[in-house]
Amino acid sequence: MIQPAKPELVTVNIDGQEVEVPKGINVIEAARMVGVDVPHYCYHPKLTIAGNCRMCLIELGMPAVDRATREPIMDEATGKQKINWIPRPQIGCGTNVSPGMHIKTQSDMVKECREGVMEFLLINHPLDCPICDQAGECKLQEQATGYGRGYSRFIEQKNVKPKRTQLGPRVVLDDERCVLCSRCIRFSQEVAKDDVLGFVDRGSYSTLTCYPGKELANNYSLNTVDICPVGALTSTDFRFKMRVWFLKQTNSIDTESSVGANTVVWSREGVIYRITPRQNDEVNDTWMADSGRILYKQVQSDDRLLPAGSLADNLAAASALLKDGGVAVVGSGRSSVEEQFFTARIAKQLEAKSCIVARHGEGDGILVSADRNPNTRGALVTGLITGLPATELTELAADIDAGAVKTVLVVGEDLTAAGLSADQLAKVNIVYLGFHANATSAAAKVSIAGLTVFEKSGTYINQQFRLQKFASAVPGLAGATDDRVVLAQLLAAVGGETTGSDLASVWSALSREISVLDGLAYAQLPDTGLLLDSTAWSGLAFPEGETLHYQPATAEATA
Amino acid sequence: MSAPAERRMIFKHIDEEGYSNDIDCYLKNGGYEILKKAVTQKPEDIRDEVKKSGLRGRGGAGFSCGLKWSFVDRKSGKPIYLVVNADESEPGTFKDRYIIHQDPHQLIEGTMISCFANDVKQAYIYIRGEFPEGARILEQAIQEARDKGFVGKNILGTDYSCDMFIHRGAGAYICGEETGLIESLEGKRANPRIKPPYFPAVLGLYQCPTIVNNVETLCHVKHILEMGADEYLKIGTPNNTGTRIFCVSGHVKKPGYYEYACGEITMGQLLYDVCGGPLDGREFKAVIPGGSSAKVLRFGEKFTLKNKDGSTRELGVEDIPLDFDTLAACGTMGGSGGVIVMDDSVNMVEALANINAFYAHESCGQCTPCREGSLWMKKITSRMVHGEAREEDGELMKSVADQIAGRTICAFGEACSWPTQSFVLKFGDEFKSYQDDKQKASAGKLELV
Repeated sequence: MIQPAKPELVTVNIDGQEVEVPKGINVIEAARMVGVDVPHYCYHPKLTIAGNCRMCLIELGMPAVDRATREPIMDEATGKQKINWIPRPQIGCGTNVSPGMHIKTQSDMVKECREGVMEFLLINHPLDCPICDQAGECKLQEQATGYGRGYSRFIEQKNVKPKRTQLGPRVVLDDERCVLCSRCIRFSQEVAKDDVLGFVDRGSYSTLTCYPGKELANNYSLNTVDICPVGALTSTDFRFKMRVWFLKQTNSIDTESSVGANTVVWSREGVIYRITPRQNDEVNDTWMADSGRILYKQVQSDDRLLPAGSLADNLAAASALLKDGGVAVVGSGRSSVEEQFFTARIAKQLEAKSCIVARHGEGDGILVSADRNPNTRGALVTGLITGLPATELTELAADIDAGAVKTVLVVGEDLTAAGLSADQLAKVNIVYLGFHANATSAAAKVSIAGLTVFEKSGTYINQQFRLQKFASAVPGLAGATDDRVVLAQLLAAVGGETTGSDLASVWSALSREISVLDGLAYAQLPDTGLLLDSTAWSGLAFPEGETLHYQPATAEATA
Repeated sequence: MSAPAERRMIFKHIDEEGYSNDIDCYLKNGGYEILKKAVTQKPEDIRDEVKKSGLRGRGGAGFSCGLKWSFVDRKSGKPIYLVVNADESEPGTFKDRYIIHQDPHQLIEGTMISCFANDVKQAYIYIRGEFPEGARILEQAIQEARDKGFVGKNILGTDYSCDMFIHRGAGAYICGEETGLIESLEGKRANPRIKPPYFPAVLGLYQCPTIVNNVETLCHVKHILEMGADEYLKIGTPNNTGTRIFCVSGHVKKPGYYEYACGEITMGQLLYDVCGGPLDGREFKAVIPGGSSAKVLRFGEKFTLKNKDGSTRELGVEDIPLDFDTLAACGTMGGSGGVIVMDDSVNMVEALANINAFYAHESCGQCTPCREGSLWMKKITSRMVHGEAREEDGELMKSVADQIAGRTICAFGEACSWPTQSFVLKFGDEFKSYQDDKQKASAGKLELV
């Protein structure tokens, strides 16, 4: 594992407390490090500084030095260096810490500034919290409670602005709620590189809008909803579906590509309502693609493979076919590391060739990579494959045509999509395990219903060889069994070494048998993942181009 | 007391019989001689001369021009830009437009000298959208100067080149704020930038070191070089050197523009002796000395100021010498030189309603206190003048203003809150009794409904 360089520290004084913080960070972050909350709206750690909301005003002082001699001026009363306090409040977001800086976040002046800004933000803000989707996760609500005066002096008419503008296919705008922080504008410019948002009109009549003739339609548009501190931008998919305080949050991983964006799955009573990004500064910062947010719909999709027959009967039928010999194993780059581990062991036990199906698309350079399997690296690490996979299973097709294969164990994939014909499928016995029904499951002799990523727990290894874990957010489909358990039992049924199928047992086997996983345990994995030693696979020409925090190895070498 | 004689330096040729704004007339009157002299000098010598002259910016803040130039990052390797701020928008101010309309070559010469002094290769004149005629005149004047070799490639046969372009604004007061101006010049919405880090002298136009100077300020540079800093220092009072142009508007007999040595004339002399005093049967009530954002002065109020020796002196409004420092000591500012006079026919609530409407309309809307506060104050004063005034409105408005000043990105926060603060502070009774006064005044009168 590579350790990041230790930052240079400076000593600053926050509310009378001397603390050491990394040089160059701003006052909001410095205060956050010592548990002091500096309220803000427009500041976002992953965007440029705008300094427009004025909520983070603080009092700032610098140690006094003699102008001529540069000698420190001492305060005789305290024996310490005198502090020159700036009479005007300064913005915490735009002020970077420097040695000896003094910061007051709780003084009367700061308190008064916050009360003033809160009052100003609320005078033209509609009081529609009871019907506002942001209620419960609204910075305006929270900070009005924390830093506002609690009463209104405003008796004039509030401004009237558009209430429901469809900015794009997935984002709705309520301009009256907008506090004009410009986070969404900066996000669109700086991260999504799709400069379509801006303000028109001026003063208090300033209105967020899309450039005429354009719409906010890029694949990152829903991040603007996440970073909107108020209820101005809401998700067309999620709005009015559920109050956020009823929702349970489960850490998960975006499976749409090998980037492996960290996510939170929001669910209630076994139903998922939305997916939002989870901060991981090494992978996805605080962002994720819109395309990854709708994946929860596969839980209740029409093409789910429904359980048929008992698991014991299915396993018996499957193992009978598999033990008959002439087996080929088609694993999946969408399976978890644990599932791939068992798939690989089954292949080994049956002395079968194993492969996975590659899935390629165009990388967007941000958070969707060219490798659309979330766990190609997992297949390499677990030994399910030894080289890069292909999109077409030509070798398997040839083996079937040559009569060398009698039974194919397929995990999740559709062989017809991987280049096999219906005739070829008809020539072999198919044992299928997966969560959705397809041509392969239809042709299978034995088909076992599995679970989606949201219904099970495990790990993936992303393009950086970062091992990341996900947990089950909702219970699995009634009658379906966790793929990992199915595979473990299938392994036992074909005479393989029996290992417990619970995660702790699987991980004790993984850490014992796979050198790069040595010493690791599922329960101990950090939420933001762990970088593995990837030198064993450094010679492979992976298909991914550059993404947010990933440089292809070849590019690194030439750079 | 009688007023000293007017000292016309910048306005020497304004309204002069037979003086035209073409280059031939300018050359006939000794034009571009100072530029010819300047290009033979060392740039740093010119900068020193300007610094020594004590020239203070004529745009409103009165900041030392020499100091401003000294902040320019000359080691960055990036080009240095000079931008002429001709966005004269402060209500009550009408001095730059006369320079532009009647003596544009004076501005061009002053600008080219300043460009040479600061190694500027490209200058822009940012002129407000409401000055289409001024823009046309300047466009023509620049072309004339270019044809004669005063602007453009190899100026006056030297290896120094600097071109100059006009950029017209689209009609926004905030474009007079230097970083808002720079944003606008870059083609963006004129949202002022946060400072730090975007000090124009380091990260200005296109993130390059940039000097932004007012039209009148740059004209002064020409005169400083003409007479030398030592001579220039003799005009005006210490730390308040040179001449000032006062644009007097409102309730005086002879409104107009007058140029005097800085601090040599008092408010009383200007209003009574120069401008002919109040209209017949009227008395002066209030005066705003430096454009509408400056704090109002109430006739009859007294100011106690400290002398250098520690003693104090008392001044009435009429006694205030019109310089930068004394006006500041009296709690207001010389600002842009726009002197707005109000007599006893004016209701201060209504006057403030007018000013508040202006600032609410002109706030860029970027930062919260100014955006929300300026409109709130406007809504209060317009409600008041529309018959629903409350006794507490004045104090409420002042408290709103107090929540704006000093907490915004740019000085607009002060510009929009100072009028309210000073009007309510000095005419508080009028705000309290406004509803009653109106009812009494309209009692028995028929009103159109």
